[in-house]
Amino acid sequence: MFRIVEKRLLSENVTLYEVEAPRVARRHRAGQFVMVRPHAGSERIPLTIADVDRERGTITLVVQAVGKTTFEMSDGFAVGDCLSNVAGPLGNPTHIRIPGRDAGFRGTVACVAGGIGAAPILPIARAFREAGHEVVTILGARRKDLLVFEDRLGAASSELLVCTDDGSSGRKGFVTDVLKDVIESRRAGGGDVHLAVAIGPPVMMKFCSKTTLPYGVPTLVSLNTIMVDGTGMCGGCRVMVDGVAKYVCVDGPEFDGHKVDFDGMMRRQAMYKSEEAASLERWRGGVH
Amino acid sequence: MSSSDRVALTDEELAARIEGRAALNARQRGQLPKVFWAEQDAGERVGNIREVPFAYTPDQARAEAVRCLSCKNEPCVTGCPVGVDVPGFLKLVADGDFRGAIRKIKETNLLPAICGRVCPQESQCQQNCMVAKVHKDLGFAVSIGKIEAFLADWEREVGGVELPPVGPPTGLRVAIIGAGPSGLACAGDLRRFGHEAVVFEAFHKAGGVLVYGIPEFRLPKDIVAAEVDNLAKMGVSFELDTVVGQTLSVDDLFEEGFDAVYVATGAGLPYFVNVPGEDANGVYSANEYLTRANLMGAFRFPEEDTPVLRRENVAVLGGGNVAMDSARTALRLGAKKVYLVYRRSREEMPARLEEVHHAEEEGVQFRLLNAPVEILTTTDGWVRALKVQRCELGEPDEKGRRRPVPIEGAFEELPVEIVIEAIGNGPNPLIPKTTPGLTTTRHGTLVVDEATMMTTRKGVFAGGDIVAGASTVILAMGHGRKAAAAIDAYLRAPASAPNLSAGR
Repeated sequence: MFRIVEKRLLSENVTLYEVEAPRVARRHRAGQFVMVRPHAGSERIPLTIADVDRERGTITLVVQAVGKTTFEMSDGFAVGDCLSNVAGPLGNPTHIRIPGRDAGFRGTVACVAGGIGAAPILPIARAFREAGHEVVTILGARRKDLLVFEDRLGAASSELLVCTDDGSSGRKGFVTDVLKDVIESRRAGGGDVHLAVAIGPPVMMKFCSKTTLPYGVPTLVSLNTIMVDGTGMCGGCRVMVDGVAKYVCVDGPEFDGHKVDFDGMMRRQAMYKSEEAASLERWRGGVH
Repeated sequence: MSSSDRVALTDEELAARIEGRAALNARQRGQLPKVFWAEQDAGERVGNIREVPFAYTPDQARAEAVRCLSCKNEPCVTGCPVGVDVPGFLKLVADGDFRGAIRKIKETNLLPAICGRVCPQESQCQQNCMVAKVHKDLGFAVSIGKIEAFLADWEREVGGVELPPVGPPTGLRVAIIGAGPSGLACAGDLRRFGHEAVVFEAFHKAGGVLVYGIPEFRLPKDIVAAEVDNLAKMGVSFELDTVVGQTLSVDDLFEEGFDAVYVATGAGLPYFVNVPGEDANGVYSANEYLTRANLMGAFRFPEEDTPVLRRENVAVLGGGNVAMDSARTALRLGAKKVYLVYRRSREEMPARLEEVHHAEEEGVQFRLLNAPVEILTTTDGWVRALKVQRCELGEPDEKGRRRPVPIEGAFEELPVEIVIEAIGNGPNPLIPKTTPGLTTTRHGTLVVDEATMMTTRKGVFAGGDIVAGASTVILAMGHGRKAAAAIDAYLRAPASAPNLSAGR
């Protein structure tokens, strides 16, 4: 069983769960996710793995409560409780190398995290740093209290730049502003940003990709779409990449941000909007 | 009279036939009226998900079995992919020996409750039934499938299930990847041979296509659960939530001490027609639509959490069982109008006759010789219509099926809000991609030795749809049993398997 060994509220509606899943922990590599079904009547939802502890045999998930399933996890599960099902690790691991360069090349990677994108980007930042790259992490949120994983990212990165929409922590502004400045200042100093990795809400990834495009900086985004099985069987997660339908679960979850049809993806993400709203409302009304 | 006139026999008529059976000669048997089973009324059943045909009563099953001519050349046995002794079990049924009959079936088929319901009998055991030939109507064949299902249900509900004896422990361990029909059949036989059998399943429930694909109204899920439970009682263990190829590799399994591996991962990769508009909201693969409705319980939304879109007008693309299942599921999810769009004619439809018949009875509108050309969308990206082009049949293709040729300018728009694509599935690439030493065909299926089902890697066997492409439940089970026998021989004859540990 998948027992919760630690549970902590990181910010408003954002909860960290450390869950026993030894096989998943043993095989996990940066960039991969799990399918979670909290209890027998739940949906199966994809959650990116934020961290693993191989010795304890645990994985760390950071979950923002947005719908019934995620609210139920935060309200209904305590330390010691078990999640009904956790399957993974799924998807392809991140390629820890600079696209278009030979494998021995070491450069600068900008890891850009929006909101709880901080969690999935952590193992990626760590892997690039461990491989010898310079890692500049840009962490942004709407307000100071919505910043998560600031410490862990600070420890994992060569440099951590924080920004908030209202200026309550770090620089006032969007991650795209900071990203642009980082690219320009590196170039002015004779260096460069060789790769950007952006993880966060779809609209944030879309604008990060738009920011890097004119500079020609290769940009990876990690997509989190609606899935049922997570193994290529249903095709529900398909997204258009360079005009071709790709499955996020088996072809991704990471894609070239300059080629992803973000608008189409966001439209498909809203496919069950009314059902999701009705389900959440019903649950809040006390029908558990 | 044709088989479409379903005349019901009275209890007295059934009893008289059973009573007088010994005195009947073959000619008389061949002339006996077929015993039809009752079915849920079409108008009523689209409002529920319960099984459509009602089971035979014991006397109905016996009276129907009396119609068997016990032909010397046994065309029914030849037609069965696993060679069930059909005349043998029918004779026992006619005599009222249901226990003997179910034992007879189980000598060759471990899952009769399932096969009786989902096998395409009209193209297998019942295809060359002499009784059908006498009547010049395939619908008059002895109802072998219905009797088989009756026996399995009788055993489960009345007689008490007898589990096949488990062999003395050999200490040898076999990993089975995939808890679908092929993996289950293989696991059951391996236990009979005394080997340890561990089934790894990616989903949270065992059964494969029997639980995610085939709907409740065609195969009740408590039947699948009972079969899985029987295997567990025989000592088969199940490791759910385990995606071999991701959670573990085939090499890991050998490292963990397994002596052989059976790959039965199925055809889990849906094909799309590849027409404009397929990324619109409201376009599903049949796999997704059926998985949401069946395995994930979307029929019960919001009591269960997984939703599926419910709309009034639905188009289903394809002409196989999965297309029929999707169309009939859409009706049960509240659709008012369901089109089944198929580019060939009725004769080429691969679906079971009974499913086609049931779909038509329930009001599914068949658009035969119609090819989908585009999915039209609203400005905000939802499906609003399916554009189709009428076709005529041209020259036969390499499989002998006449090729549909589009008629120039013959377009039509079907106003629908959901499009479900049921045009087939490819083999799941996860194992071939992550396992060194396996050879695949250009279709992505695994290459095996047909006699042993062993792949190009020693100790790794494979069967079901990962080998055959999209096929049938019974063929998948046949592979599983054949592989189990070959695995047994392989494990017991180390001399013939000098590289037993090569994979370790």
